[in-house]
Amino acid sequence: MQLIQLSDWLLDIAFLLYVISSIVFVVSMTGKNWAGRDPKQHEKRFGTIAYRLAVIGFIAQTGYVIARWIGGGHSPTSNMFEFMAFLDYCIILAYLIIYRIYKLNVIGAFVLPLGVIMLAYSYVFPKEVTPLIPSLQSYWLHIHVTTAALGEGILAVGFAAGLMYLIRTVPQQVSTKSTKWLEVVLAVVLMLVGFILMESTFARMDQKTVFEMNQPQPNVFGQMEKVKAEYTMPALVAPADSTIIQAGPMSPLFTAPSWMEGKDAARKLNTMLWSVITGVILYGGLRLIFRKRLGAVIQPSVDGIEPDLLDEISYRAISIGYPVFTLGALIFAMIWAQEAWGRFWGWDPKEVWALIVWLFYSAYLHLRLSRGWIGAKSAWMSVIGFVIILITLVVVNLVIAGLHSYAGV
Amino acid sequence: MDQRKCECGHTNPVGTLLCESCGKPLVIQISEQTAFPDMRYEGMARRSQTYTKKMVDRVWNYFSSVKIAIGIIIVILIASAVGTVFPQQQYIPVPVPTEADVARFYTNTYGTLGTIYYQLGFHNLYSSWWFVTLLVMLGTSLVICSLDRVVPLYKALKKPRLNQHKSFLKGQKLFAEGELAQGTDQAELLAGSAETLRKKGYRIFQTDRALMAEKGRFSRWGPYVNHIGLILFLVGVLARSIPGFFLDEYVWVREGETVAIPNTPYYIKNLQYTTEYWSEDEMPVKLELNGGVIAKNYQTDAILYENKNADLPGAKPDLVEIKNGPIIVNHPMVHESLYLYQSGMQEMQLGALNFNLIDLKNGSKEVGKIKVDLYNPAQEQVVADGIKVKVLDYFPDFIMGKDGKPATKTNLPKNPMVAIEVLDEKGKLSEKMVYLQGSILTQKSDPTYGIEIKMPDLIDISGINVRMDKAVPLIYFGSFIFMIGVAMGFFWQHRRIWVQIQDGTIMMAAHTNKNWFGLRREVDGLVEQMKLPVTIEEKSKA
Amino acid sequence: MNKSNRTYVRIAVLGLLLVALVFALYSSFVKDPQAVKVGSNAPNFSLEQLNGPEMALGDLKGKGVVLNFWGTWCEPCKEEMPALQAQYDKFKDKGLVVLGVNIGESPIAVEPFVKQFNVTFPIVLDRQSQITKLYRIGPIPTTFFISPEGEVKEIFIGQLNEAMIADKVSKILP
Repeated sequence: MQLIQLSDWLLDIAFLLYVISSIVFVVSMTGKNWAGRDPKQHEKRFGTIAYRLAVIGFIAQTGYVIARWIGGGHSPTSNMFEFMAFLDYCIILAYLIIYRIYKLNVIGAFVLPLGVIMLAYSYVFPKEVTPLIPSLQSYWLHIHVTTAALGEGILAVGFAAGLMYLIRTVPQQVSTKSTKWLEVVLAVVLMLVGFILMESTFARMDQKTVFEMNQPQPNVFGQMEKVKAEYTMPALVAPADSTIIQAGPMSPLFTAPSWMEGKDAARKLNTMLWSVITGVILYGGLRLIFRKRLGAVIQPSVDGIEPDLLDEISYRAISIGYPVFTLGALIFAMIWAQEAWGRFWGWDPKEVWALIVWLFYSAYLHLRLSRGWIGAKSAWMSVIGFVIILITLVVVNLVIAGLHSYAGV
Repeated sequence: MDQRKCECGHTNPVGTLLCESCGKPLVIQISEQTAFPDMRYEGMARRSQTYTKKMVDRVWNYFSSVKIAIGIIIVILIASAVGTVFPQQQYIPVPVPTEADVARFYTNTYGTLGTIYYQLGFHNLYSSWWFVTLLVMLGTSLVICSLDRVVPLYKALKKPRLNQHKSFLKGQKLFAEGELAQGTDQAELLAGSAETLRKKGYRIFQTDRALMAEKGRFSRWGPYVNHIGLILFLVGVLARSIPGFFLDEYVWVREGETVAIPNTPYYIKNLQYTTEYWSEDEMPVKLELNGGVIAKNYQTDAILYENKNADLPGAKPDLVEIKNGPIIVNHPMVHESLYLYQSGMQEMQLGALNFNLIDLKNGSKEVGKIKVDLYNPAQEQVVADGIKVKVLDYFPDFIMGKDGKPATKTNLPKNPMVAIEVLDEKGKLSEKMVYLQGSILTQKSDPTYGIEIKMPDLIDISGINVRMDKAVPLIYFGSFIFMIGVAMGFFWQHRRIWVQIQDGTIMMAAHTNKNWFGLRREVDGLVEQMKLPVTIEEKSKA
Repeated sequence: MNKSNRTYVRIAVLGLLLVALVFALYSSFVKDPQAVKVGSNAPNFSLEQLNGPEMALGDLKGKGVVLNFWGTWCEPCKEEMPALQAQYDKFKDKGLVVLGVNIGESPIAVEPFVKQFNVTFPIVLDRQSQITKLYRIGPIPTTFFISPEGEVKEIFIGQLNEAMIADKVSKILP
């Protein structure tokens, strides 16, 4: 279908624009101290260019959403690829909203790279448009998932501003607990990058490792069949009780515990291990190049920004994102669950994690509003909150099987 | 000692931080240091903090603390996360009929950690006594925290803080001060300022030398409104335990069968069950399905009856049709508060065996058809004129018993064995034969009658989940109130701007509970427009 | 609001919350308030007998009732049948009724079985397992010992022998 083809192109264009926008943002912030330039003017000029690129990218992505919605016949939120791409769309949208309020475009220097990572992450999943299975055929799919993604997108901007606050304010002269944890957060971001790098590199190579489970499982038609698991990345972990039927570049080092459910569990674990390893290597490499903490590397580029403003933006984003998240991820979810299964709440792992995110941000708001946790404490909370969202999206979806698990990597 | 007098003459309750009338900090140390009381509760005395003698007051104070509330939230958060480490008992993917099976499942699948998980009761964490207690504690904290703060806040906000003590203004985050030029018309200045602010949507309170402009006061009620929503929500959750409020039943219904829905006066009949699959031309793009299919629809066409004779379970029902229609995933059948969900199916199950009775002595001519309904086999059926077939023995799920006699494993026709007798009245013949696993065994070596196996009747069985939850409207209402509350609190801000003239000096102060940048812009606008001779100082709170 | 008023309000609010706590804990412990327990009244029902008219449990008031849920596929049920029959023979003149509830089987499957064990006590057919669900039957055989007043005196899950039946029956004879 042509619309689908068009939507793919639009998304690629958006991706490219976000990448360029991120680079220009970095230039706007790091290049301000280049010789012979007026720092303020440099920052303003490049910041504006980057912002405009982001807006055009956003328009392209809007085109993607519309084209895929019409072409596919349902909102592009029905599998992991569509959801991650939509979440990315929401992050950019939230950035544009926050920009309208504060007219501070440097937030984009953190949000746009985050957007690039998220979109790249989505590209890792199977992209085809699949028709909806009966349980997803409800208008609540559109309402619940889009609102939840919007809430998470706004909270992501809260995270970006919080992280900027920390990089701006944590003193880098001496090593402290704060500097260490800040490095951990940056390393986690690099693990996501590592995952994307690994996945896109190996997907292009013809070196799959294929395992066959020794225990036959019933397939869709009820016939017993030996299931196969295909690894795109070199195998570190073999599925429990399986045999290699096509060897890859390396032989597995160990076997996954048998309780990891489903044929894909071990592959997911393998992928996660590779992401962690690449992330650590990337981090180590960068440390070797710069010979100082990454926080210290980034700090000079944000030193012109008022910390109070970052604190306020982070809080503002969270105070806008929290109600939207509550509505989408909890209330609409409950209404749909009531309509589809007759129970609005069932303590399904995905439900529980949505509740955990909500409880966490509730604690954040109470600490901030009632116990005066502002500044650094508040910024740390916003960072942890987003990490919990990532756990919900990545780990719970991929590792803990439940009613909500989308198929995929 | 119940009251405290301020130098302005007003008497305040004990525990008040800022004089209710003039706003001067009441505790000496505070007024002399730079730390100014937080404006959250307008410096009012919170009831709970003043009386601690009685037991009741101690419990009250405990739950009135936001610190405790946050503690409860964090504990619930951690406990909830622990509950997702391994599946809860209800999500165990294999059947576990007894408690011992449950224990074995955790030990066998998850090893030692699983055993510990089970022994600590984490497999039923969310309904454990301590988790329920935590939830009730959260509810308690919601009620008491709100009650304890909303009353004094209401009293404080009811009376606008007009004409405040200088230290009150100075204590605000945004403060400005400046000498007025000789001969400035003070009344005009104030009136002009009032007009500017009114245009920006402020409500103005004014005396001859003081002005207070206020906007969005209602947003201060947001937290209390959303807490009321949460309390209603929790009450709704609790109400589900009231007998008659909640029902959760599961029935398997064969096509053509009418079954009682337990604990209700209703019966359901399955007219037909269908699964549809997406055809290739319906798919937006061509997919590599490797011969697989994607389901499009699961649907049971059903009739819901009410039994007018429901007082005596098991007695012959007197059924009245109530509703006739489809039950589809995401589209339950609804009758009053009763919801029927399409929730499972077993397709192509054996329903009846079909045979042709043939006359072997007469060129294998077909004599007649035999049908054995596997759920309700007829004792006797007339196959042709003068020829009857009797069912002698029937084992729905054949197994050879320990005593060497045939027996059944279950009461479901998974592997039926049927022994029949053909009675020919004309020929005075009686021949017995047995059907088992697709073959026929005859008693005689040279029988007259034979049997030809035909295609059996295959039927679908629908799993229908029947639910009732009368608390749902309250739960939705609570959620709705909660959303109104958070929207009030987060999307609007309470802004106040004070302008006061005292001994030839003009003082300005501003306060908001959120979005200082927005407020700052409005104050800057006012200063610019009225050309107020002030310098603005902004304290950093971070 | 004066001091003593405040105390009363606080006591009232805390009392209400305590009630909520007790109610929440109670309902998390008692998952199924309608389950048939020892001491509760045996819910009445009416079912078709094997080769006979409908029979209601309520009609047996005044007699001790041994209510036995069983199926032909269940090995311990088979082994317990003669013991039930023997005790029925021994006590039926003293006001005991043994009532066998067959779970979800057709008369053709039940009848040969009943004949094989020479069962003479009444057998009712719960064709749709409605009564089985009403009594929350899990593993079978499950046997209820019901007093002449209709009160459940004992519930036994598993196979009974003659001595056990005699002992339990002695508690429910009129």
